[in-house]
Amino acid sequence: MSSGQLPRWVDFGLIPVLNLIAAFLVSGLVVLLIGENPLEAVRILLWGSLGFGEGVGFTLFYATNFIFTGLAVAVAFHAGLFNIGGEGQAYIGGLGVAWACLALDHYVPWWVTMPFALAGAAIMGAAWAFIPAWLQAKRGSHVVITTIMFNFIAAALMNYLLVNIMVKPGSMQPETRTFEAGGKLPFLKEFVPGIDFGTAPVNLALIIALLASVAVWLIVWRTRLGYEIRAFGANATAAVYAGISPVRVIVITMLISGGLAGMMAINEIMGSQHRLLLEFVTGYGFVGIAVALMGRAHPVGIVLAAILFGMLYQGGAELSFEKPAITRDMIIVIQGLVILFAGALEHMFRPALIQFFTYSRSPAEQAG
Amino acid sequence: MFDALILILDSTVRLSTPLLLACLAGLYSERSGVVDIGLEGKMLGAAFGAGAVGYVTGNAWLGLLAGIAVAIALALVHGFASITNRGNQIVSGVAINFLAAGLTALLGQTWFRQGGRTPPLPQGGRFGDITLPYAEQARDIPVVGEIYYELLSGHNILVYVAFLAVPVTWWILFRTRFGLRLRAVGENPAAVDTAGISVVWLRYRAVIACGILTGIAGSYLSIAQSSGFIKDMTAGKGFIALAALIFAKWRPANAMFACLLFGFLDAVAIRLQGQKIPGIGEVPVQFFQALPYILTVILLAGFIGKAIPPKASGIPYLKERT
Repeated sequence: MSSGQLPRWVDFGLIPVLNLIAAFLVSGLVVLLIGENPLEAVRILLWGSLGFGEGVGFTLFYATNFIFTGLAVAVAFHAGLFNIGGEGQAYIGGLGVAWACLALDHYVPWWVTMPFALAGAAIMGAAWAFIPAWLQAKRGSHVVITTIMFNFIAAALMNYLLVNIMVKPGSMQPETRTFEAGGKLPFLKEFVPGIDFGTAPVNLALIIALLASVAVWLIVWRTRLGYEIRAFGANATAAVYAGISPVRVIVITMLISGGLAGMMAINEIMGSQHRLLLEFVTGYGFVGIAVALMGRAHPVGIVLAAILFGMLYQGGAELSFEKPAITRDMIIVIQGLVILFAGALEHMFRPALIQFFTYSRSPAEQAG
Repeated sequence: MFDALILILDSTVRLSTPLLLACLAGLYSERSGVVDIGLEGKMLGAAFGAGAVGYVTGNAWLGLLAGIAVAIALALVHGFASITNRGNQIVSGVAINFLAAGLTALLGQTWFRQGGRTPPLPQGGRFGDITLPYAEQARDIPVVGEIYYELLSGHNILVYVAFLAVPVTWWILFRTRFGLRLRAVGENPAAVDTAGISVVWLRYRAVIACGILTGIAGSYLSIAQSSGFIKDMTAGKGFIALAALIFAKWRPANAMFACLLFGFLDAVAIRLQGQKIPGIGEVPVQFFQALPYILTVILLAGFIGKAIPPKASGIPYLKERT
């Protein structure tokens, strides 16, 4: 079942669409099961995510998170690594953002704070990915398991820091003080005239996410490092034989991956919440896996998949508002189904399609 | 001092039980070459199934059966994706965790309308504690009697099932033909295939065994340890079990000790909450929460022996190239 048996448009277009349709059909069955009308649900979901300015704004806001975490997973994929620790890396990335903002927001405007916050997010996220990367490269301990472990260690660490150390004095909530204007990214509506996103917190981080997508494309497909990463991912033995250092590739790839995941915190912490708080990641890191899979680990696909998941998040919120029977947990179910069908069952339709296309092409080949 | 120790050990046993069941479940699956990070999801699904049926029927045994059925169903999804369709096993596990988290909360809200939890179980819907023979009489004997009464007696049946499952698993894996083949298929599926044994069917049986044990583990949470299902009640136990499995280097007896250790850490953390240890001061609760994961990472780094997984784990078996 190698690639090349199917036309490219089937591989990169038809199969993801078929997988998605399967996931949505099963989601429809779940909606039927709880006694609601699936078509009605789809209508509310589409309208809630795209039908009005504020909905679009929230869709783009969520999509920003998914672009970062999706890129993080995708970069690691190219080196044959599975970074399942986006959750923890983003969480720790929040620490870098918060330190920059808390230190600077009284003194300088946001555009001075931003580079420090960005660097803080990327460095902290990368640092959190470093130990699993180093252990994989030097000790051969599997990066999937160590990154899972590091997700939980991150959760415990952040819990400790927020409850005991970084908490706003006199406050019962485990969160830092709210940042001043110098620690807040501007909302998109403030500098893009003529758009009304209502109260949606879509902010400058969306632009940063799109730039990061371009950067990832450049790194992976247009640099020597990217070539090494892809060569290592395609065939590690051959890559080593060709003089590529496995330790270097593994560590650098994981640092990039962790940095990208960490930068998700820019959107949530500096762009929307304006304070560091518990559990602001809530699954974005894991959904990044689905985004990367659906986007076929290519930045264009990832941006599209991120928007789709943004629509699910925002439309799902609207749906639970309109139809209380369909709670927000429905979004988690749909995400699970998308991960299942687009990820784990991605080859399900393949044999049938291969048969179909070989059969339909063979007469033409015989004639030629 | 002795009493306090007994109490901590007693809660260690209770806290270790779900870990142990899930850990042994993962053992079957991973020994056959199917990596399973969906232990958490299967436990959660089972906890919900058991809680729901336990509430409706008022019969703990039916609840347990329902829990096992849910976990097997999820395990078969994992099997279908990773054995039949040769999909990515990690991705499939993540999907199952999502599905279980979403569906239990959604269906719980639809059926019971209590914010995703099931109502408290009626009489008989829950596994009660069992007093072992002569425990009452032995209570007054110092040390031995107290250990017998407090530590060994007075648990529900699933606790005993969990600890009995350890020698049984050892016997199945290392003393039966099925076990030999199961281990072989996790190391070298091609060899098993050459011997004329179906790799697919063996792995499916391993995955079903995993479903049964995670089913008991989940049911323990909702109808034995507590009375009813609560949203997200597994709270990472499936992942601690996974850590324990690695810590145990995929061996049944080690699994028991690893789970007891992690359960003990949990029990100590609860006990020490807000208390000062002489010479050290107050140890943050979060430290104990993170300790199982930290220990596993240190083990994986090769500083406490070496954890070598079954050779073929995570790799789908392809009979022929196309």
